[in-house]
Amino acid sequence: MNVKKTVTIESSPEELYNFWHNFENLPRFMQHLESVRVTGDGRSHWKAKAPAGQTVEWDAQVTEDEPNRLIGWHSLEGADVQNSGTVRFTPATGGRGTVVQVEMQYDAPGGPLGVLIAKLFNEEPDQQVFEDLRAFKQVMETGEVVLSDATLSGTRLKQRPGQPPETWPLPESA
Amino acid sequence: MKANCWMGTKNVEVQEVPDPKILNQHDAIVQISSTAICGSDLHMYNGLLPTMDRGDVLGHEFMGEIVEVGREVKNLKVGDRVIVPFPISCGNCFMCKQGLFSGCENTNPNAWQQELVWGHATGGVYGYSHMLGGYAGGQAQYARVPFADVNPLKIPAGIEDEKVLFLTDAFPTGYFAAHNCDIQPGDTIAIWGAGPIGQFATRSAFLLGAERVIVIDRVDYRLQMARDAGAETVNFEETDGLLLDVIKDMTGGRGPDACIDAVGMQATGGGLLGVMDHVKQAVKLETDRPLALREVMMAVRTGGRVSIVGDYAGLIDNVPFGAVMNRGITMRMGQAPVQKYYHELLDRILKGEIDPSFVATHTLPLDETPRGYELMDNKEDGCVKVVLKP
Repeated sequence: MNVKKTVTIESSPEELYNFWHNFENLPRFMQHLESVRVTGDGRSHWKAKAPAGQTVEWDAQVTEDEPNRLIGWHSLEGADVQNSGTVRFTPATGGRGTVVQVEMQYDAPGGPLGVLIAKLFNEEPDQQVFEDLRAFKQVMETGEVVLSDATLSGTRLKQRPGQPPETWPLPESA
Repeated sequence: MKANCWMGTKNVEVQEVPDPKILNQHDAIVQISSTAICGSDLHMYNGLLPTMDRGDVLGHEFMGEIVEVGREVKNLKVGDRVIVPFPISCGNCFMCKQGLFSGCENTNPNAWQQELVWGHATGGVYGYSHMLGGYAGGQAQYARVPFADVNPLKIPAGIEDEKVLFLTDAFPTGYFAAHNCDIQPGDTIAIWGAGPIGQFATRSAFLLGAERVIVIDRVDYRLQMARDAGAETVNFEETDGLLLDVIKDMTGGRGPDACIDAVGMQATGGGLLGVMDHVKQAVKLETDRPLALREVMMAVRTGGRVSIVGDYAGLIDNVPFGAVMNRGITMRMGQAPVQKYYHELLDRILKGEIDPSFVATHTLPLDETPRGYELMDNKEDGCVKVVLKP
């Protein structure tokens, strides 16, 4: 599966690169990520939330790193989800911020785990990557991921009615 | 709290729902003192806007007092009296920075739904379908207001709600429509629709220097309200299907210098084409009935301007595009960027150039909101605009 998504953000390539390069920031805008722990030597350990309280995990290695321009990575042996990708930061025309382009490839395994992972990506992996990229833009331009009453639970692609929640934050099961 | 919820076509109910909470740290909570029903709320009431859920709280024209602010709110404090514009804007994105507040790139968490039908997305709007963000609306006792430093406008004490409430939508939308006509001395502006937006467009066109304003509708009491502002009026149902000829005769055979469509997707009339539009809309072949739009395109003078503020949701048929292309018509349109205009319009109100309260024909308690929708939808009892008191 290949996904390519692009967004333009009102920030400098340097600011965006620096924020992304600290992988422990990524769960702030990637909805399914629970945590990323940097383990040294360009390696990191990723943990993602899956339905029914399960998690999927993998180790990743930075493969390319050009300051303020490009970060590339791929998952290491034994990953629940084999994945690799790049994120590029390019100045937009006329000083209109920075174009951020993400390209990802991943292979979900077959069997029950594959089903779980398909659900994890909400069976719309393309859309999910775009949602995460949009959330990145929100964090960089406004400081937080923007929420509406209808988009509070789990993935934004799943809707609840447009009325205030009973409690906030939502209970874990929601 | 009590809130007016969409429960299906022609079905709204005032229900007990949870109080709003600070969800983002730029949010504020407003205790609502006055809120209104917009003509565009009738699109949802009539089941013409997709992506509605049972229980969605409606309403995007409200004002009141700040009762709680998030940590990141710097310019507002508890106790401030504010009006809240219908477009939700972040203030920091490419669109907001150039004044295109209704096109905000960050405030629609459901942008993906719009991209499917509109190519690209707009910003969010309170209580106006999931496709426009899925935000709870303001026909309620309280509402959450995102980006409170950017959106609400503080209102001085001592001026009554009805004079400033319509700064949330109807007045700036009418003003935006007139502004988009690029009015020159001596101009005649024709306005389709004598509802609240048409009324404000009429008064705004005069404020911006129009010499004549012609208003077209079929509801006599609404046309009277336009005449009260100095407009000439035409009841299209009394023109034997010759509305375009009537307008031509009234404008020296040349046509109005600019025409405003303040009607949108629920237009009526239009002879056989109009009947076909009703059928196509009912079976979802066409999402909108573009009768007024066809007429403004045909009526405007060669080289003139067409300004559209009536709502359209999707696809339209039989648009006389040759008329606007060959005759060099400039078309401008959009959801009004309220935050770009509200300072100037508040000034005009405070100086006494206009008193927007003329449009509020009915005031009801929030509990009677369903009755308010009926009054506006059926145009009963001389109803132009309903104000609700929570």
